[in-house]
Amino acid sequence: MNKLTLSGSPHVHSEMSVKSVMWGVVIALAPAFLVSLWYFGISALFITAVAIISCVLIEFLIQKYLLKEEPSISDGSAVVTGLLLAFNVPSSLPWWEMVIGSLVAIGIAKMSFGGLGKNIFNPALVGRVFLLISFPVDMTSWPVPAQNFFSLDAITGPTALGVLSEGIDAGKTVSELATILPDYSNMFIGQIGGSLGEVSAIALLIGGFYMLIRKIITWHIPVSYIGTVVIFTGIMWLIDPARYIDPVFHILAGGLLLGAIYMATDMVSSPMTYKGMIIYGVGCGVMTVLIRVWGAYPEGVSFAILIMNAVTPLINKGFKPVLFGNK
Amino acid sequence: MNTLKTFRIGGVHPAENKFSENAAIETLALPKQVIVPLGQNLGVASKVQVKKGDEVKVGQLIATGEAFISANLHSPVSGKILKIDEAVDASGYRRPAVFIEVVDDIWDESIDRTPQIIHEIKLSKQEIIQRIKSCGLVGLGGATFPTHVKLMVPEGKKAEFLIINGVECEPYLTSDHRMMLEKPEEIIIGIKILMKALEVDKAIIGIENNKQDAISKLSEICKKHNGVSVQPLKVKYPQGGEKQLIKATVNREVPSGKLPIEVGCVVQNVGTAFAVYEAVQKNKPLFERIVTVTGKNILKPSNFLVRIGTSVTDLLEKAGWQPETAGKVINGGPMMGKSLSSIEAPIVKGTSGILVLNSNESYREKINPCIRCGKCITVCPMGLEPYLLARVSETGMFDIAEGSHILDCIECGSCQFTCPSARPLLDHIRLGKGKVAHIIRTRKN
Repeated sequence: MNKLTLSGSPHVHSEMSVKSVMWGVVIALAPAFLVSLWYFGISALFITAVAIISCVLIEFLIQKYLLKEEPSISDGSAVVTGLLLAFNVPSSLPWWEMVIGSLVAIGIAKMSFGGLGKNIFNPALVGRVFLLISFPVDMTSWPVPAQNFFSLDAITGPTALGVLSEGIDAGKTVSELATILPDYSNMFIGQIGGSLGEVSAIALLIGGFYMLIRKIITWHIPVSYIGTVVIFTGIMWLIDPARYIDPVFHILAGGLLLGAIYMATDMVSSPMTYKGMIIYGVGCGVMTVLIRVWGAYPEGVSFAILIMNAVTPLINKGFKPVLFGNK
Repeated sequence: MNTLKTFRIGGVHPAENKFSENAAIETLALPKQVIVPLGQNLGVASKVQVKKGDEVKVGQLIATGEAFISANLHSPVSGKILKIDEAVDASGYRRPAVFIEVVDDIWDESIDRTPQIIHEIKLSKQEIIQRIKSCGLVGLGGATFPTHVKLMVPEGKKAEFLIINGVECEPYLTSDHRMMLEKPEEIIIGIKILMKALEVDKAIIGIENNKQDAISKLSEICKKHNGVSVQPLKVKYPQGGEKQLIKATVNREVPSGKLPIEVGCVVQNVGTAFAVYEAVQKNKPLFERIVTVTGKNILKPSNFLVRIGTSVTDLLEKAGWQPETAGKVINGGPMMGKSLSSIEAPIVKGTSGILVLNSNESYREKINPCIRCGKCITVCPMGLEPYLLARVSETGMFDIAEGSHILDCIECGSCQFTCPSARPLLDHIRLGKGKVAHIIRTRKN
């Protein structure tokens, strides 16, 4: 007979592991990636590969040679960071800028805080915002979809949010801008300019439902986030439709769906209780609209989530679960 | 479809693996020797009343419960006392036990061994409690709290509901299920006896919906008895926890640190109800019980009627275990059971099952850093923050542990079961609980 193992209960474990969570996110992002590949061509594949390889390699090198610990790259978290970082940049971004972005995302935002589980901010978003501030031109030159598949030099154009923001600032009304804004069906399937992974609403939603079914995310953050944006922009639209565009545009344009479903729900940097998640989602929604409508940048999702990341520890402290037997 | 009742917060649903649910209860042959540990109940161990060389009969008193929370102990076999010595019990510790050599099977004359079911309850409330006490009954769900103590409702409190636990939410285990199928009449009479002792007119039997046959069988008999009803419940672990079961059946929450009587409830296991029937109607002390023997590599997953003190080895061999593939032998279910250090350990009053896990199921996964996913909070049925309790226990911040209600933890293991990072949350929390309880005791003195 073998020696018997002794350990405390429980003696069984659920199927879920860090690996299954991370690779589940990768699978959920696949539809959006395929749409990007279709519209932005081989350059989307190239820049995504650069991001993933850099993130994984940087994590490996830091763990092995700087921290001298056993590398844990197989958990898939660096792959997710790389993938999300690539999803948040234009497919025309020079590859070396992507390497710098990865270095900031993994090296600064993740590993310098202590690695997986310890980071305060979403690493991919920190990388993205760093690139946006450092290389504003490259980061806001959006390739127009459906060019030559094998071309690495895409023709660039503005995003829907950029067109809107510039137009409103120039004193035009929403209805005047309607002719130059993309129509909603194109925005829904993703035939618009924008970051690599954010353009296709339908693909992002499919991945979101997949993660809900696999219990990788819960509905609380995406629904409260998007719901807040809808209510907030809806009220303004009802007050002055000439100046403020309708909520549907806000959902489909920019990175709201990508942010609300994949970035704000990052387990490490979001609150832990359902109540906390809803507060956090509402906060993200309010911040996003404030930045989009009154801020200097046309898009506010990244900043909104990063700001709420910083508030997460407070939310965790303030919104504890309800103790059994307290009523 | 109407939604089934269940408790409100938390809970998990591990794979049920009820391999032995169709195996009828089988009486295990008498062993050559039994080892009867003296500390089989929650509370103070029983005080031995026999000495080496004494002859005993089946059901004869061999140790008495003298403290308030303690229980009598009876000889499960007839034969000769070999010695009173220490033996490794299910906890892994060496503890005092009575070793009895088995000779024949001679029962104490006062025990009614006839098969007919006695319906009429002749004893008075006080006599019932006295009988239950003298027969050494303890909670058979696993907690082994002396039954008669639960029946003595404190001054100023009133019991409104008797809740019978037929949930058996632990995966693998089927002893209660078989009991409900094979002894339903006796269980219901046992419930009527308990109702008389508690002076309540309502009893609810909570059964999870994966035991349809038991639900219909007991519901049928309940029609003949006023005040007793069956409540089917959604399958969710840990519904068999006392507080969760009360919440699920009568929608009341037992306050933190309080007993069920605070909300007018007394909870007893179905196995205990059967033991009550046998004690009160047949004058039979508690010296045998139903034990499930199960596991993926057990050839014949079984439910045995076993005398207390029988070695675990005897059960494993009878059920056809394969020692070469076994990695862990558990006293109880996979969620709350204790792993055994020796299969020589005896079956005790609280043993509801013996589960054998294969060696490839017996290892824990590699521990990853906490990714703050909050799943442990979501599944905690007590509304606690397991990640926090584990961390403060690990780092010795016991004041925070106490303030975060660590003593409310029922050790159901849902957090550790769920944790994607495979962190040993309950290991740390258990240590923290012990430490905090000690600190509170010291403070009081």
